[in-house]
Amino acid sequence: MKVIKIDKTDWAAGLEKLRESYALIGPVKEKFYHTFKTLEPGREPDMDYSNSRISPKFVIYPQSEVILKCSMDANDPDYKIFKEPEKEYKSKAVVGIRPCDADSFPLVRRNFDTEDYKDPYWLRAYETTTLVGLACNNPCPTCFCTSAGSGPYSDESLDLLLVDNGDHYLAKVLTEKGQSLVSAAGWNDDAGDDATEAIEKKKADAESRIQSRVNTENLAGQSLLDLYEADTIWEKEAFACINCGTCTYVCPTCWCFDVQDEIHGNQGYRIRNWDSCMYPLFTMHASGHNPRGTKLDRLRQRFMHKLKYYVDKYENGIQCTGCGRCVRMCPVNIDIRRICNMMNSYDPESCTCEVTAS
Amino acid sequence: MNSYTDKIKEISKRLLKEDKVDMVVGYRKGSVPLMHQPYIAQNEAEVDAFVWDSSCGLNLANYITDRTERIGILATGCNSRNIAVHLVEGKIKREQLYIIGIPCKAMVDRHKLAAMADGDITSVEEDEEKGTITIKGENFSETVNKADVLQENCSLCMHRNPVIYDELAAEEVPEQSTDEIDPYARVKEIEAMDPDEKWNHFDDLLSDCIRCYACRNACPLCYCPLCFVDESNPQWVGKSMDATDVRTFHFLRAYHCAGRCTDCGACVRACPVGINVRDFTKKLEKDCLELFGWEAGLSAEQRPPLDTYSPKDPEDFIK
Repeated sequence: MKVIKIDKTDWAAGLEKLRESYALIGPVKEKFYHTFKTLEPGREPDMDYSNSRISPKFVIYPQSEVILKCSMDANDPDYKIFKEPEKEYKSKAVVGIRPCDADSFPLVRRNFDTEDYKDPYWLRAYETTTLVGLACNNPCPTCFCTSAGSGPYSDESLDLLLVDNGDHYLAKVLTEKGQSLVSAAGWNDDAGDDATEAIEKKKADAESRIQSRVNTENLAGQSLLDLYEADTIWEKEAFACINCGTCTYVCPTCWCFDVQDEIHGNQGYRIRNWDSCMYPLFTMHASGHNPRGTKLDRLRQRFMHKLKYYVDKYENGIQCTGCGRCVRMCPVNIDIRRICNMMNSYDPESCTCEVTAS
Repeated sequence: MNSYTDKIKEISKRLLKEDKVDMVVGYRKGSVPLMHQPYIAQNEAEVDAFVWDSSCGLNLANYITDRTERIGILATGCNSRNIAVHLVEGKIKREQLYIIGIPCKAMVDRHKLAAMADGDITSVEEDEEKGTITIKGENFSETVNKADVLQENCSLCMHRNPVIYDELAAEEVPEQSTDEIDPYARVKEIEAMDPDEKWNHFDDLLSDCIRCYACRNACPLCYCPLCFVDESNPQWVGKSMDATDVRTFHFLRAYHCAGRCTDCGACVRACPVGINVRDFTKKLEKDCLELFGWEAGLSAEQRPPLDTYSPKDPEDFIK
């Protein structure tokens, strides 16, 4: 791992050079808030942003993606024969992604890349993407990344980590992909001997500014059925839930999808869409029965999946990186920090748990 | 609004103690500023969590459909009108309800305040006497007139006092009048657009929609057991991000609310991406007023115009 220095005066020119070999995607302000967009020539990512409303997971895993196509013309010899659409997987770079969002990709990968099943769409998009992270110096009050396996300077899932240091960025080159990118941009200034120390100092400062946390140490040891049946948690928390898809759609780690066929004109499309465990069709059986038929069942599914089933299955922490989007955006203030702490402290003997303010 | 909170707690505790109700539906303080949470208190101790201020902008009528308990419910003007709609539509029985009327002093727009703040808002203070709201964050503190940061529907509201209630939690507040404000000024602006402008306006309005259905699910009118967009056999609407399907959802939902919508603004408040869904519903509200002289939810007996038939209907085709 090496650290280079990128003068901000060299930033725009470097980005322009990158466009020759990468499609650039970065945070830009549209209407009221920041979102990740493909950056047209001349448009720079807004590196002063806090975080985007919708997580950049869609760069790898779009909300709607055509996975197969077929002709619906009866005269066509390939009538109704599904084929994979030709799709160009051009190299792309996500510039300015926050470490918590980057940390969601290896986590989601556990679902899309297993020994038995490899999801070609997710994997191709992931492998052709270079992640240029932007360390967080001003975390939000709702961020709890440091207790969710991530952090404002977490660099485990990035190819390059940029640290804003006044008139320049200090850049940790973390992978070969990261090295290729800085070479293509022509960024190669030596950062000096004390760069690593400077980054560590800023990192410690940023981590100390994270104000909220979740307690997860007991989750693995809790009995799954006890938590499932913990009505003291679910009944009260489910009351306010309106079963909209906001939490799941803004989440960088929610991976559930639904496959739908649509016909437009003479073309048939098989489309993979994000699904949400909050929706009435989620896990609906062909018989019409739904094992998660009520609001309480659906809310419980979301939190049990992230904070218990995932914990038990992968033994690698919780299915959450602490970005805090669901906390900020839930229209009725269902707060994962509060529910995680309740699950973590639940005592099946007395059917009680600690209730924290957040 | 401590006076409101105290009185709400007092009434709620009394109702639970005297076994008049099984639960009271109100709000508890949210874990983030400007976001209070709908909450049920089932005993006196739970009532202590209740709060009332300018961040209680959802619609509690959304939480009582098809319930079988005896329910105490806080109701502002618009919330009470939605309770009236529920009564007309048979979604709850009047004798099940004890309505605690809240003369409403309007709710603040969380999107507007967030846009004003120089960073994340960590606390919100309200000075009732001065009529100001102070938002604070790590490096800023800003005080604004509450009147300047109201939810748009609240600033245009003509029914701040509950229209149906068992008991009021405070004295009635003065109502606004159409002499002072034109509630349909924005609708008229859109009506005046030529077809291309209109197309672009609605295209732009919906361009950020992620189909999370927060608008629909925050709406007390949207209680269908299975919404047409969730129907899969037959499938009326595609479930991908096709622009036509997104528009179909919004248009049809709005029409389904015509003559029933009280402009409570819960849809806009709930939207995570800041779409002004009221651009649809307010137009239909205006049409219902002009064509039928109808305002939703002012009566717990009369059915809404698009839901009924009258032999006195002036149109010839119906005779």
